Amino acid sequence: MSSIVWYLWIGAGIWGIGLYGFMRGPELLRRIISLNLMGAGVFMVMVALAARTEPTDGVLHALVLTGLVVAVSATAFALALLARLLAAKP
Amino acid sequence: MSGDFWFDTILGLVLLTLALATVRAQQLAAAVMIFVVFGLILAVAWARLGAADLALAEAAIGAGLTGALLFSALARQAKAESAPVSKSSSRSSWLVLLLSLMLTGILCFSLWWVPLQPEHHLMPLALEHLANSGTEHPVTAVLLNFRAWDTLLELIVLLLALMGARLVSSPMLQTPQRWPLASQWSKRLAPLLILVAFFVLWRGATAPGGAFQAGALLAAAAVVLRLNHQLPPLHWRYGWVRLIVLSGVLAFVVAGIASALLQYQPALLIHWLEWPLWLAKPLILFIELCATLAIGLTLTLLVVGEPEELSS
Repeated sequence: MSSIVWYLWIGAGIWGIGLYGFMRGPELLRRIISLNLMGAGVFMVMVALAARTEPTDGVLHALVLTGLVVAVSATAFALALLARLLAAKP
Repeated sequence: MSGDFWFDTILGLVLLTLALATVRAQQLAAAVMIFVVFGLILAVAWARLGAADLALAEAAIGAGLTGALLFSALARQAKAESAPVSKSSSRSSWLVLLLSLMLTGILCFSLWWVPLQPEHHLMPLALEHLANSGTEHPVTAVLLNFRAWDTLLELIVLLLALMGARLVSSPMLQTPQRWPLASQWSKRLAPLLILVAFFVLWRGATAPGGAFQAGALLAAAAVVLRLNHQLPPLHWRYGWVRLIVLSGVLAFVVAGIASALLQYQPALLIHWLEWPLWLAKPLILFIELCATLAIGLTLTLLVVGEPEELSS
């Protein structure tokens, strides 16, 4: 199953692009989006790893499911901080 | 070359292109829109990898709710009229590119060595005991029985994020006046979403689905209604709002204490969050129902907030 390796690499690629965007910016909102991209890359790697066995690995799926919800709540918190920052600026 | 090969290749390249476009887009609005599309395509890739649960959750949470969050942040950004951003020098931007490429290369290299036929000693054992877990779907069994701790802690993280967002929240944006098409559309969409949410919740016992996906769908329905002024504001001072937000964690704790008491025998070690066999199914259903409502309302509050109270 070489498609697994392909998807593992896609995950790494998405992570790398997210890292690039996170460091490059320049807007804070773009950095937050890039962090989400990095998370998506990590999830992609985990989903591809779970697909190696038949049936697919339920533990990894459960972890990604948990991760998705944690990621969206962390993003909401980050965006609330960003809004506060923008409001504080003169 | 089979069709599968081309499908995987094109899907992967589309994902990378969309990710790159998100990062490189000139305008932030374009970046947000491309990110939402990226989320949807990612869901397709996960469905392809046999993760239907995650595809559902990613489409609803990753693309839908994160998209709504980012769009409202975008509106604020436009209002604050972008402060002059410091243009980074071309040298540092090359450095950033080089560093990212290097780290990605190392990652790809190490992923190349991942064994493709892993030896799972625990998996057959876990699948053997699936019938005793109170649910027939492995992912639900992991989330609510085998690794219930994870889910409990995750609900607490969700609660903490809401607390944090409430502490720092700034006045809510004025949502624009009703747009007839949008309000008609949401009237038809919302009942369907609620119906699908509870179907997904119920199906979670035997097939992909469960509390997280259902909660995200409920939140989507509530956000659409709220944005179209078809739902009254959800004030934090309402008792029922607090109760529902807390209900996920409360249900877990109550179920944990109840099952510990039921299984109590002197000289026997009691494990926290270990359901008795005969009660596993109803307990899991009870927790999932409460968790769905809690996740739905918490995500709704995170996305649309409570305007009136905040401005006071």
